[in-house]
Amino acid sequence: MKERPPITGNRLRVLANAAREVRGQIVAMSHRGRAAHLGSALSCVEILLAAYGGPFRLDPRVVQLPHRDALIFSKGHAIAALYAVLAWRGYFPLDWLETYAQPGTALPEHPVPGCVPGLDHATGSLGHGLPVACGLALAARISGRDTRVLAVLSDGECNEGAVWEAAAFAPAQQLGNLLVVVDANGWQATGRSPEVLALEPLAAKWAAFGWATREVDGHDLAALVTAYRQARDATQPLAVIARTVKGRGVSFMEDDNNWHYRLPTAAEVAAARAELGLA
Amino acid sequence: MRNAFAACLEELAAQDPRIVLLSGDIGNRLFDRFKERFPGRFYNCGVAEANMTGVAAGLAKAGLRPLTYTITPFNTTRCLEFIKLDICAHRLPVVVVGVGAGLSYAELGPTHHACDDLGLLGLLPDLTLLCPADARETRAALRAALAHAGPCYLRLGKKGEPDVFDAEPPFEIGALRPLRAGREVVLLTYGPLLPEVLAAGAALDATVVAVPTVKPLDTAGLAALAATGRLVTVEEHALRGGLGAAVAAWLAASGQPARLLTLGVPDQFLVTAGGQEAQRAACGIDTAGIVAQVRTWRQQLGDVT
Repeated sequence: MKERPPITGNRLRVLANAAREVRGQIVAMSHRGRAAHLGSALSCVEILLAAYGGPFRLDPRVVQLPHRDALIFSKGHAIAALYAVLAWRGYFPLDWLETYAQPGTALPEHPVPGCVPGLDHATGSLGHGLPVACGLALAARISGRDTRVLAVLSDGECNEGAVWEAAAFAPAQQLGNLLVVVDANGWQATGRSPEVLALEPLAAKWAAFGWATREVDGHDLAALVTAYRQARDATQPLAVIARTVKGRGVSFMEDDNNWHYRLPTAAEVAAARAELGLA
Repeated sequence: MRNAFAACLEELAAQDPRIVLLSGDIGNRLFDRFKERFPGRFYNCGVAEANMTGVAAGLAKAGLRPLTYTITPFNTTRCLEFIKLDICAHRLPVVVVGVGAGLSYAELGPTHHACDDLGLLGLLPDLTLLCPADARETRAALRAALAHAGPCYLRLGKKGEPDVFDAEPPFEIGALRPLRAGREVVLLTYGPLLPEVLAAGAALDATVVAVPTVKPLDTAGLAALAATGRLVTVEEHALRGGLGAAVAAWLAASGQPARLLTLGVPDQFLVTAGGQEAQRAACGIDTAGIVAQVRTWRQQLGDVT
């Protein structure tokens, strides 16, 4: 697979439109499936779109690892966002999203291995994604493959000790083909992240562990793609702290942590979709 | 056993470029030759076993054949969820190696005792549990584990275990290994405790059968043995969750009329000082303890007067 060309104005518009559509899907999925974690899914939409529509070799025509880049979605509770982005990208039909969290279907509230094409690791218990991503990145080096690995974490997830075990491992092994994006929406399940555990300043934490760091607006597609492109040909792994808003895109959900667990009513779905400019 | 493991792994790594060894900062000098011969295939992951387990999952996902190696409790119960979710749920061919089975490190205290590993790991679907008895069976079990398509746990002693086998025995995952024929009870065991059980078997005129695969259990083989009517399990593991519990559950469900005696480590932390020999004796799983308990049991059953 060839690398995608740099992002252009037109491509940026395509991705920005996709972000609105994906958000509309996520809100509807939460309502239909009576599945929580809506705010966490809405905060990482651009992070995922910039990956699947940006510089990584992630393409629905090549779903088998390891001969392509990998994306480990470690904040598995927000899987609705990844399901919607994968469907948008053509990994599976859009109408599968209607089955999300319905009994007996292939799309559970937390992903299971092989549940959809393009899912690189099943997650849901926090702190597991980065160690596995380290293994994939190391395997690429051992096998002489030019593949990159991106792990998407949440800021709350950085509470887990295993994240920091992996954070110390990657620079020791000079995993320059590894990229972490922390979806720093500032909240975890029941409180403001910095008030629960003192992990801020996040960028300084990752830098102290030996990572190159970038801090970006996590809803700025161009900034994300630029940051992702930086993760090449280096011997140092890169951590992108993506500052986001939990519940982003729907005014009555933004930065309101009730939407970690609350389910939207039909009227709220309609209001959200109208706000997003969707019919 | 660990020296045999290191030597055999080196041989296998020369044949299979997919083999990668991860260590949790132990095995000082043990893997020097491996590191020298395969410098890009040995990684000291530090004292960070959860990450090491996840790294192994990632390596296996990319087509490699990783092994994780450190002292049993740290490589099993400490990082149980990583074995469960990242390795077993994805059915990845990782070999988790625990060195210091049972009471091998008895003198180091309960932090280093490994009498709960099989019980906890045995709950994980798709995980094969391999428990060799000596250096030569370790080699055979390692070959079998690396040829297996799914995840394996390899339970090793440390070093200096007495030899049971005079040549590397064939190893079929899931098969019992009859070792001694006797006229009285059937003794079932596994791992480095085997010599004690063989000695007890001689004293008791008992049949001795090794169970080097604790999961999946060879239930067809057990059914044939149960026909003798008297089964005894002996293990350097807690009674709860070990071979004895697995055989008891199978026996109850099978409807076979055999009676079962389970010997093992009692349901308590072993807090007094003492090496493996002393702790085995305290638990009644040394030769004398096995013989005495089996005799008492047979008297209670009315088999002997």
